[in-house]
Amino acid sequence: MTTAVEDLHLVGVTKRFGEATAVADLSLDVPAGSFFALLGPSGCGKTTTLRMVAGLELPSSGRILLGERDITRRPPYRRNVNTVFQSYALFPHLDIHDNVAFGLRRRGIRAVDAPVREMLELVELGGFARRRPAQLSGGQQQRVALARALINRPDVLLLDEPLGALDLKLRRQMQLELKRIQTEVGITFIHVTHDQEEALTMADTVAVMNGGRIEQLGSPIDVYEGPQTAFVANFLGQANLYPGVTAGAGAEATGVAITIADATVTVPVSALAGRSGRVVVGVRPEKVRVVDPSAEHDLPANRLQGTIAEVAFVGVSTQYVIALPSGARLAAFEQNLDPREVGRPGEPVALGWEPRHTFILDADEDLRAGLLDQTPVPPADPVAAPLSGSAPGAR
Amino acid sequence: MIRWLGRNLLTVYALLAVGYLLLPVAVITVLSFNKPRGRQNTTWNEFSLDAWTNICRDQTICSAFGTSLRIGLIVTIVGTLLGTMLSFALIRYRFLGRTPANLVVFLPLATPEVILGASLLAFFLNLLLPLGFWTITIAHVMFTISFVVLIVNARLAGMDTRLEEAAMDLYATGLQTFRYVTLPLAAPGIAAAALLSFTLSFDDFIITNFNSGTTVTFPIYIWGAALRGIPPQVNVIATIVFAVSVLLVLLAMGLASSRRPRVRQ
Repeated sequence: MTTAVEDLHLVGVTKRFGEATAVADLSLDVPAGSFFALLGPSGCGKTTTLRMVAGLELPSSGRILLGERDITRRPPYRRNVNTVFQSYALFPHLDIHDNVAFGLRRRGIRAVDAPVREMLELVELGGFARRRPAQLSGGQQQRVALARALINRPDVLLLDEPLGALDLKLRRQMQLELKRIQTEVGITFIHVTHDQEEALTMADTVAVMNGGRIEQLGSPIDVYEGPQTAFVANFLGQANLYPGVTAGAGAEATGVAITIADATVTVPVSALAGRSGRVVVGVRPEKVRVVDPSAEHDLPANRLQGTIAEVAFVGVSTQYVIALPSGARLAAFEQNLDPREVGRPGEPVALGWEPRHTFILDADEDLRAGLLDQTPVPPADPVAAPLSGSAPGAR
Repeated sequence: MIRWLGRNLLTVYALLAVGYLLLPVAVITVLSFNKPRGRQNTTWNEFSLDAWTNICRDQTICSAFGTSLRIGLIVTIVGTLLGTMLSFALIRYRFLGRTPANLVVFLPLATPEVILGASLLAFFLNLLLPLGFWTITIAHVMFTISFVVLIVNARLAGMDTRLEEAAMDLYATGLQTFRYVTLPLAAPGIAAAALLSFTLSFDDFIITNFNSGTTVTFPIYIWGAALRGIPPQVNVIATIVFAVSVLLVLLAMGLASSRRPRVRQ
């Protein structure tokens, strides 16, 4: 199943709706055959970007290229790009066979039966050809929408929140299914979603979008482990973020010491990327170990003291919110290796994490960017700033 | 008994309501088999098939019926076409004068028919148009458009525009999108509008009476005949029209259910 798939390029694409700018000077290269995710909250411009690639929306400026060809102004029916629409947009008056055959027929292909059958087999809907969309479950409709787009062998397949209407279990199953199909057909998939887990599970490359711009682009691991902005840190999973000040230049071997509210932590020189003075120090909750103060010597190098403020037992892990002596808060997820050792609120604990798990952001970052809970924070004094990670950053 | 009534109250009520609605039709049908004594066919005299075997004994009945049929068909085609196009324009496009157009379209629905009929008469007289078949047709087209727009609007407004986007995404040009997606989806609304157009035109008396000149439509014939005594042939035609309507409805329902997809095992 190899077709001459081409790279997709967006060059300085901007889209304005009246006064509002939905997409701002966006440039993007999507290599052929990759699974690319555009991830961001609603209103970040990801769906608009997708619609411009599909040809359903005309950019205010900038160009869209498929390989060498400029397709910016081509109507949707004259570009080799197909879309799986949010809530599918299946034709209710046509049966499944005719829905899937629609694209082939419009291009004048008469012999549609064999390819349609083959495509329905691929999405495991072999026996459903003569049913109507309304007779299928959500998951089945989703697969029909996928088949209807894929049968045209597009250069690029666009998926607009394709799993948004499915329940959690089905969504997990379809994530793996989509990934399998993408590997099998080798077509470029561009997947728009606000669900970080969905993006991380399926995509080779994730672009995190916010306010019409791309905040960060990279492999799921790079973006998750090394967020470059507070928005990315908070939107993708959860993060504990604290303002800090570097204590002089550090050696390559020992790392740089940074003073935050209650303690001094060490970070590798590489994490600082040349920054010095005021910075933001971050660590993911699952990187932080929580132990009884008596076992402090077992902890990794970056150690803090605190008391348990909140405990939530969630099965695979126990989620703690720890109050630090300064009043700041820190979220920590402990794997439930021995659930009977779960602590109780008010108990003193020792915390620790590996210096290499620390990431550094610019000092002027808004620590609450990307959080769902946007309750205003009282103006904080820079050293004892409140902890951003205590609020749920994402589902 | 009380318990039985409690469980079946809705059924009983529905049957009573349907009976109430069908009673006049039943009376008309029964009287079509009557051999009236005197001019008025209002009381049962004796059973006879005279009216059924000799529908066109009075030539004017059948020619009036034919005139109404012809006007109805023209009005249905022209009114549905114009109204549907208007509805697409009003729902799908933003243009200068759209709001006033929206208002004007529905004005005939709110205007009393007498006034509409009188105004149209003045209009035709000013244009020196001879009153007759075509003035009736033009008048009927005018007021059916409003009903067509009303019905087709409802259908179009409830239609998901993403279906059309999906069609274009799947290589359908604008024309093909209309042919294969928009039109089939709007069709039930358009068909309903067409049926209503025919009924409204076939049934109209007030506006027609103003603009008919010497042309006699079926309602005008009946109105005229009512003064002298309605012959049972009118009951026969009414019964036939009713039977044909019921047949058409049954046919439509049959078509709809046969198009419902067969469920495979």
